[in-house]
Amino acid sequence: MDQSDIAKLANLARLDINETTASEVAESINGILGLVDQLQNANTDGIAPMAHPQDAMQRLRKDEVSEENVREQFQAIAPEAEEGLYLVPKVID
Amino acid sequence: MHQLTIRELAKGLRDKSFSSVELTQHYLDRIQTLDSAYNSYITVTADQALAQAKAADERIAQGDDSVLCGVPMAHKDIFCTDGIKTSCGSKMLDNFVPPYNATVVENFNRLGAVSLGKTNMDEFAMGSTNESSFYGAVKNPWDTSRVPGGSSGGSAAAVAALLTPAATATDTGGSIRQPASLCGVTGLKPTYGRVSRWGMIAFASSLDQGGPIARNAEDCAIMMQAMASFDSKDSTSMDHPIEDYSALLDKPLAGLRIGVPKEYFGEGLNPQVAEKIQAAIKQFEAMGATIKDITLPHNSLAVPAYYVIAPAECSANLSRFDGVRYGHRCENPADLMDLYKRSRSEGFGEEVKRRILVGTYALSAGYYDAYYSKAQKVRRLIKQDFMNAFEEVDVIMGPTATSTAYELGSLNKDPVSMYLEDIYTTATNLAGLPGISIPCGFVDGLPVGLQVTANYWREGQLLNLAHQYQQETDHHRQTAPNVA
Amino acid sequence: MQWETVIGLEVHVQLATKTKIFSGASTAFGAEPNTQACAIDLAMPGTLPVVNEQAYRYAIMFGLAIDAEIGKRSFFERKNYFYPDLPKGYQTTQLEQPIVGAGQVELNLSEGRTKTVRIHHAHLEEDAGKSLHEDFHGMSGIDLNRAGTPLIEIVSEPDMSNAEEAVAFAKKLHSIVTSLGICDGEMSQGSMRFDVNVSVRPKGQEELGTRTETKNLNSFKFMEEAILLEVERQIDVLENGGEIVQETRLYNGDTKVARSMRSKEEANDYRYFPCPDLLPVELDDTYIDAIRNDMPELPEARCERFKAEYQLSDYDADILSGDMAMAAYFEAATKACGDAKLVANWVMGDLASKLNTEELSISQSKVNAEQLAGVISRIKDDTISSKIAKDVFEGIWNGEGDSADAVIEARGLKQVSDTGALEQMADEVISNSQKQVDNYRNADPDKRPKMLGYFVGQIMKASKGQANPKAINEILLKKLDELL
Repeated sequence: MDQSDIAKLANLARLDINETTASEVAESINGILGLVDQLQNANTDGIAPMAHPQDAMQRLRKDEVSEENVREQFQAIAPEAEEGLYLVPKVID
Repeated sequence: MHQLTIRELAKGLRDKSFSSVELTQHYLDRIQTLDSAYNSYITVTADQALAQAKAADERIAQGDDSVLCGVPMAHKDIFCTDGIKTSCGSKMLDNFVPPYNATVVENFNRLGAVSLGKTNMDEFAMGSTNESSFYGAVKNPWDTSRVPGGSSGGSAAAVAALLTPAATATDTGGSIRQPASLCGVTGLKPTYGRVSRWGMIAFASSLDQGGPIARNAEDCAIMMQAMASFDSKDSTSMDHPIEDYSALLDKPLAGLRIGVPKEYFGEGLNPQVAEKIQAAIKQFEAMGATIKDITLPHNSLAVPAYYVIAPAECSANLSRFDGVRYGHRCENPADLMDLYKRSRSEGFGEEVKRRILVGTYALSAGYYDAYYSKAQKVRRLIKQDFMNAFEEVDVIMGPTATSTAYELGSLNKDPVSMYLEDIYTTATNLAGLPGISIPCGFVDGLPVGLQVTANYWREGQLLNLAHQYQQETDHHRQTAPNVA
Repeated sequence: MQWETVIGLEVHVQLATKTKIFSGASTAFGAEPNTQACAIDLAMPGTLPVVNEQAYRYAIMFGLAIDAEIGKRSFFERKNYFYPDLPKGYQTTQLEQPIVGAGQVELNLSEGRTKTVRIHHAHLEEDAGKSLHEDFHGMSGIDLNRAGTPLIEIVSEPDMSNAEEAVAFAKKLHSIVTSLGICDGEMSQGSMRFDVNVSVRPKGQEELGTRTETKNLNSFKFMEEAILLEVERQIDVLENGGEIVQETRLYNGDTKVARSMRSKEEANDYRYFPCPDLLPVELDDTYIDAIRNDMPELPEARCERFKAEYQLSDYDADILSGDMAMAAYFEAATKACGDAKLVANWVMGDLASKLNTEELSISQSKVNAEQLAGVISRIKDDTISSKIAKDVFEGIWNGEGDSADAVIEARGLKQVSDTGALEQMADEVISNSQKQVDNYRNADPDKRPKMLGYFVGQIMKASKGQANPKAINEILLKKLDELL
């Protein structure tokens, strides 16, 4: 993993990694990848991936309205809101 | 008063030896005087605490018999508290005051417990030393030049410094057990699905689990009784019967089968720590348990699997922190991309960013199979190891951490060596099993923790054996210097 | 060169549940911004999703309607990307194991042709919010009311080869989902949205050409226009030696112009992985069979029933049964007035053209089924003529009265059947039309009935169309015969 890989990842993750730290970050991530590469030694033939610790099934919820409008409370802690809308720099499709 | 356990405090409140308001004020005073040395609290909620204490005194006067009514405690700052800043140890949420409570917080409020404040933690629970907190490192009460462990370092240090009788905490890869070990307190990580995750800010959703840290197993049992609940708002909360943890404490240990994995005593373990662990196991044998050597062949892969799965999940879980609806937002964003990138880069610390990048990489096109999918397969092998072991033994014992508390700044420069310190704890989270860390002695004046892992839903068994052990030993009764 | 078009569709259908797919917030259309966005929809820290059962039932109903295999085990995944209308920074969707597997639908095309279009799969997912591009000091406003509304995304195979087929397919899906009652079908509110994948290739070539995706078309008309335009554009590019770039495009139905979407240009890597906050959904045959046994009538069955029950022609039955709202309107009106044939003519004639001009759906019709039945009833009982009926219909449409009777009364349109008045009119016309009367008298008796038309016309004119034609005929015949 080099600086350009880090730049690509940082862009996907919407993080700013400047050029001076990019090589440090690359180095530390390479170290971590070295650690996790030990996984390749495991024989996992025929083993199903395990996404959840419990072998359980999703509960389904009744289709009943349970939430009230608390917009003012939520927007009181918003960085920028106006006329009930959250404001962001112009969205360009 | 600060020397008393929850059980003793409950009795004192009923005996009118002191009121909840007096008790609460006493703890608030202690925090104000002493916590500058430990930095274990991010937020102290004196006014709310005293109001809760007043209400609790009235409830007690009217005959309320819940053990926690009027008893002070603290919440890790990962649990959302209505009207009280919930920072998760991050600049990102330094201004975040949620208008809702975590289910765990609700549970304590319902019982009349008094919350003193919010404890310090590694940023977004990512760390093993509590040095990644935006609010500064927490110091170990046994030696303030050392770390308390992490990520629940604030909770463990606050309990060890007698700045709260008990605290809530969370454990994703050892974040309850390891700081409990390093601070000489008792910490229980419950079975995944036992404690609701609603309102508990997610790090890695399939690994995170809330649990208590207290001075002894008896208090942990009381705390655990409050924390355990089935919650329909959390799809991963399991509707499994909840034991009466306090009632199980006195069960004799005769016939208990203890497994000791050889993998827990390999290279990397401090030999003096190993001695303390062996001694503790001998003690259990003396109390009627049988000891059996076992093997957990995939244990060495737990850390690698963990450091794929946890970052992968966190990379998605932390995408919601985008500067749009709450939390940190950069000044004058030039455009949308700038808003995202600067808000997130300014709001997150180095370790959080590192894990987001690792997780993003592990899930990205072309690497998913080699990393994420592979790690999930290894996860099954690790769980299978435990299931095989539990065919033969009831519980598994070993060290919680490789050593006693490290010097501040000694580990956080090199992530890999820090991650490797999680070698005994992460497997439990990957499998979703319950585990406990119990004080079992001291090396050079620093506490050592014994880790015990049990089968699913056996929190009662863990608390029982810890309590029995604590009847025979006094490691848990030692207090750090300068705190009494 | 001869070109061949290949079209595949991705159709987003908003399910008509009361609440969101993962929260208990209302999905009602048209609320004030962000008043139906609860903590979960806003991705507040610590909040967790729980799956709405009705969304699952609706998806299964769709699967059964297209004869697809229902996923006995399905699960949700996270699709990661940043966008202000996507609060979590990922969309919870299904990829690997969707709820609905491969199926198919049959299309009736022009000139009696039919075609089968294969459905690759359909999956459940959450809708995003909306960005409003009105100018808030140069910023966009985000409304998250729609965020979390349940969708099924139906993905077709690239089985269509022209716009007609694509539109027929879209209409067929509209008919199915509205018949099932799982979607309100309100295209103008975005209840159904179409993404159209178009590519062209030289006729006879096996390999597919590079495709483009035109996103978010929300009317059949725009969809047709967008396809015609895109096919033309692609052929143009290729014939001029250019290459088609795989891209996402937007079509503006008002300006009739399409353009490439800049924001979707960057290479996306969605990093799908199983959502750790949700568990797999497992369904057994009993559950699915119960839904199967409770399915509403599907368009094909309804078409057959219309033919049998109302003696409609194949064509009429196909049109009237195809749209659920139209079918319901037709049946309600027929029930109220008892004349299926007349109702069919009105619904497909005057009503359809009125809706078309005003760009309304039948559910927005300003003349409801009861009111139309009232108009038809007045024709049948000779209160008004068919011609006057159009004025009455118009009157109800324009709000002059809320029933046929009210408009007839208000406008004084009651048919004149009063013999005395009609006889007087006939006498006047006969005395003013000496030439025509002479012609009538001198004509061959076989030709006379045809010549009667002139006199009838004159009386209708004099009565402003309100004379009962049948009565006039009788009176005229009588009076003219007297003159022979």
